[in-house]
Amino acid sequence: MPLDSKTTGFKYIGTRPDRPDGIDKVTGKARYGADAYASGMLHGVMVRSPHAHAKIKKIDASKALALKGVKAVVTRADFPTGLEGEDWNIQENCMAGEVALYDGHAVAAVAATSLLLAREAAKLIEVEYEVLPHVTDVDEAMKPGAPAIRAGAADYSVPEGLHPNVMRYIEYGHGDLDAGFAAADLVMENTYKTEAAHQGYIEPHACLAQLGSDGKGEMWVCTQGHWFIRRMSAAVLGIDVANLRVTPSEIGGGFGGKTTVFVEPVALALSRKAGKPVKMVMTRSEVLRATGPTSSSSIDVKMGMKKDGTMTAAKVTMRMQGGAFPMAPIDSALDCAFSCYNIPAVHHEGYDVLANRPKQAAYRAPGSPMAAFATESLVDEMCRALKLDPLKTRLKNASREGTKASFGPTFPRIGLVETLEAALAHPHYAAPLGPNQGRGVASGYWMNWGGETSVSAALGEDGSVTVSVGTPDIGGSRASMALMAAEALGIPYENVRVNVVDTGSLGVNEPTHGSRATYATGLATIEAVKQISTKLCQRAADKWGIPAEAVIWEDGCAKPSGPNAGEFPPLAIGELAAEMGGTGGPISGHFEATPSGHGGSFGTHIVDVEVDPETGYTSVLRYTVVQDAGKAIHPAYVEGQFQGGAAQGIGWALNEEYIYGADGRLQNTVFLDYRIPVASDLPMIDTVIVEVPNPGHPYGVRGVGETGITPPLPAVANAVHAAAGVRLRSLPMSPPRILAAIKAKG
Amino acid sequence: MRYHTPATFEDASAIAVAASGVTRFLAGGTDVLVQMRADIVTPDDLIDIKHIPGVKDIVQEDDMCWSIGAAVAGAELTAHEGLCADWPGVIEGMGLVGSTQVQGRATLIGNLCNGSPAADSVPALAAAGAEVSVVGPKGTRQVKVADIPAGPGRTTLAKGEVISGIYLPPRGKGGGDAYLRFIPRTEMDIAVVGCAVNLRVEGDKITEACVVLGAVAPTIVVVEDAAKALIGSTLDAKALDALAAAASAACRPINDKRGTIAFRTDVAGVLARRAAKIAYDRARGAK
Ligand SMILES: Cc1cc2nc3c(=O)[nH]c(=O)nc-3n(C[C@H](O)[C@H](O)[C@H](O)COP(=O)(O)OP(=O)(O)OC[C@H]3O[C@@H](n4cnc5c(N)ncnc54)[C@H](O)[C@@H]3O)c2cc1C
Repeated sequence: MPLDSKTTGFKYIGTRPDRPDGIDKVTGKARYGADAYASGMLHGVMVRSPHAHAKIKKIDASKALALKGVKAVVTRADFPTGLEGEDWNIQENCMAGEVALYDGHAVAAVAATSLLLAREAAKLIEVEYEVLPHVTDVDEAMKPGAPAIRAGAADYSVPEGLHPNVMRYIEYGHGDLDAGFAAADLVMENTYKTEAAHQGYIEPHACLAQLGSDGKGEMWVCTQGHWFIRRMSAAVLGIDVANLRVTPSEIGGGFGGKTTVFVEPVALALSRKAGKPVKMVMTRSEVLRATGPTSSSSIDVKMGMKKDGTMTAAKVTMRMQGGAFPMAPIDSALDCAFSCYNIPAVHHEGYDVLANRPKQAAYRAPGSPMAAFATESLVDEMCRALKLDPLKTRLKNASREGTKASFGPTFPRIGLVETLEAALAHPHYAAPLGPNQGRGVASGYWMNWGGETSVSAALGEDGSVTVSVGTPDIGGSRASMALMAAEALGIPYENVRVNVVDTGSLGVNEPTHGSRATYATGLATIEAVKQISTKLCQRAADKWGIPAEAVIWEDGCAKPSGPNAGEFPPLAIGELAAEMGGTGGPISGHFEATPSGHGGSFGTHIVDVEVDPETGYTSVLRYTVVQDAGKAIHPAYVEGQFQGGAAQGIGWALNEEYIYGADGRLQNTVFLDYRIPVASDLPMIDTVIVEVPNPGHPYGVRGVGETGITPPLPAVANAVHAAAGVRLRSLPMSPPRILAAIKAKG
Repeated sequence: MRYHTPATFEDASAIAVAASGVTRFLAGGTDVLVQMRADIVTPDDLIDIKHIPGVKDIVQEDDMCWSIGAAVAGAELTAHEGLCADWPGVIEGMGLVGSTQVQGRATLIGNLCNGSPAADSVPALAAAGAEVSVVGPKGTRQVKVADIPAGPGRTTLAKGEVISGIYLPPRGKGGGDAYLRFIPRTEMDIAVVGCAVNLRVEGDKITEACVVLGAVAPTIVVVEDAAKALIGSTLDAKALDALAAAASAACRPINDKRGTIAFRTDVAGVLARRAAKIAYDRARGAK
């Protein structure tokens, strides 16, 4: 794609104006998923399995249906049969068929005239179960004798002799591993484990759905991507996508967890059966039990290093359970495992395993934090053993432009070296530490994404511009789009309005995921508004009676390109817009593509912790995020992404975990016991924005949303080691575990 | 569900006596309403005691004893200078409950009667020797706070009994108390271990002591051996070691999602040492 890139001399890019959606959000006017109402609306409530694994023998809804005000009950029998592949997985996850596969798996749903009544009715639906043996731990699930969750569902990649819970197997690498390890002065190998963590978005899933007997429907929904919701809901229900119009609400966080469906197709099914709109809003417990947390993982890493820190070879074996469904992110985890380093010989192996847990969903850089925990912990252990500076060692081996990446391709211009150099030079790295305090560092990577994108821009009669995008605004993207449109057109930021529009208004857009919105929607926005300026140049040329090529667009005005073009005063966008009805009609621009010039982002984090040696309590004292943004369009929101990633990573490292009882039921289904850091648990998180422009974006943008969660897990573990003298290779590093390690060390 | 707003504790008790189903008194509601929403408890009769005259009063009686109404919220206690000066440990226990919002509603008696072994205000109340007055079908009785808890979610109150007020003894000379809890975060969490120490000094010597643990057994544990370890000492290293050992020995905890047996047992000793030092400093500062 030919793009005339501009990476310096910006007027609007890099400034920090107020976000256009800010006032509505802080005054409570913004409408979220649960804020929609329709006349005659019913409330839907799900009936969920209390068992980790159980055959559904009978569902009797007669008592519920006998209640006045109960309008419909649906079970799997109300959904079409014959779905295949991921469509079947999604349908099965939204509503269990013959077997409930995890604690919280939906088995039926009811719609009634009030929420209280619907909850009452849900309790009256009698489900007869035959409890089956279950398994929730990834290593246990692969052992002989573990209950087979879906025998025969493994794909062609799985070698013979493995447990039927292994769904996929991946193996790849390059270089001579044996020679690499032989050349090393130190070879270390360890096993690391991470627990499942939830995105913890503040807004539970919610939708208002309407589906008629004619198969036409509408839905208002809290999601990161309404075209995904449309496609998945249509597939689960067996209707045409064009017949379902989906409008996204404002969104209270997603982090990847809102790129798929849970209640949405069920609300549509209830609506179709009851003939009324149906609203469904999850409770927090439902969110924790039945939406998609991350996979949990068990990882073996082996690395060879010379005395001077040169890495000679590395090998990783990754076992991940992604719930009772395939597609745990072993691929991206393996790709990220050694991505930071230029290692002559690398080998990757991955097992995608089933367990009786909810279907995993994306969470910020899916798989990469787990991989980083293993690799970056091991690198730290080796630096300790060889008495090497951990940042300088990383710098010595760092991937840079031209490095053959551990996952195959050759890196284009990337910014890892710049983040390491900035971290080394940062005063934080040299600051003194007190007793029981320690410092850890780690780096991380995410490849980012482009994806299907369609954007329209329309010129108003006064010269202001409306941009219609299909990527919900999770982290301030309206502001970033408006800045890019303003820059490209040379008009004030305030004169651009960005709307997130429904599925009926644009071509297909992938969700706001993969750190793609500022990159891909931004690129499309720039291209769409450039079509407006091109058309305006034509109108000016017509007016002046000169060829369009002799007109340029500058500072929001059409101008003759030079003295030879003629002497005409500039025509401002407002003047041209005011008369566009008479000069050829409305003016708009549209751009659609699947841009693939996204650039990966590397980050390096520094963290200081203090560990109470008597209780194992860890407090995070100081935290610095250094990350390559390519170009920070709105630096405050880039910093926000850096800080958010660090905060979530600290939580995952220290206290967040899915705790299953011996009965396979989730024990911590509320925020009291699913321990996300509270504000007072965190220091102010410092940020350093490194800008190594991405050649694939007109202004150099790389995605920044995900990389920030990759270094914290190992960075905190490395800091805990430095502070307490103990190495924690299992997450979370909760106080009982740290104290036990301290006691074991003696 | 029937919602009642009796005007006297006698009426409140009578409603509860007459009720045949699930009954709950409603003070701040920060336990009751949460349990209702989570389908843990659905009362048939909900008896709101906040309309009874005097339930919001904090009064220091002539004998310097403190009388605290049944609906006084945490925020009112932490803002009360006299109480904070006399019983800082009790107040810091209650002050740890929840967040600013929860503090606006939550009460001492609700914390006590909810019956959680991890309730944050109960160890310090028991260590202080606090008492409650109980109104019931058979009249009114005074009960030590330490005798109310019966097990997780259970109290020794009989059907129809309601607590009308709580009393903290006169502080007297040379007294100091403290409460510490362990949580893995900084707030909005439930005690994994709690420890209250109340003591009195003459000069540098401890003459009276009471040590109470929370969250390490089905109810709070009054640790007599820990008190013995303190009494007669000047909180020297030997006394602290004995205190910690006694506290750990008194634990009968469980392994659960919030902590392990080994962790709770260890940390009980650690918190006992730390709380004793704070109480000791307060007692000497107050002499
Ligand atoms: C977000 C949040 C955080 C919390 N954090 C903590 C914490 O850190 N530490 C902690 O200990 N607790 C915590 N709690 C629990 C709760 O806030 C406390 O237990 C509080 O003190 C309860 O008081 P209340 O007045 O709200 O009780 P209510 O909910 O009104 O009542 C609780 C129980 O006491 C009974 N009861 C109330 N009044 C009387 C009476 N006069 N006589 C007899 N029985 C009575 C009720 O029937 C009920 O069973 C938290 C709760 C929430 C929602």
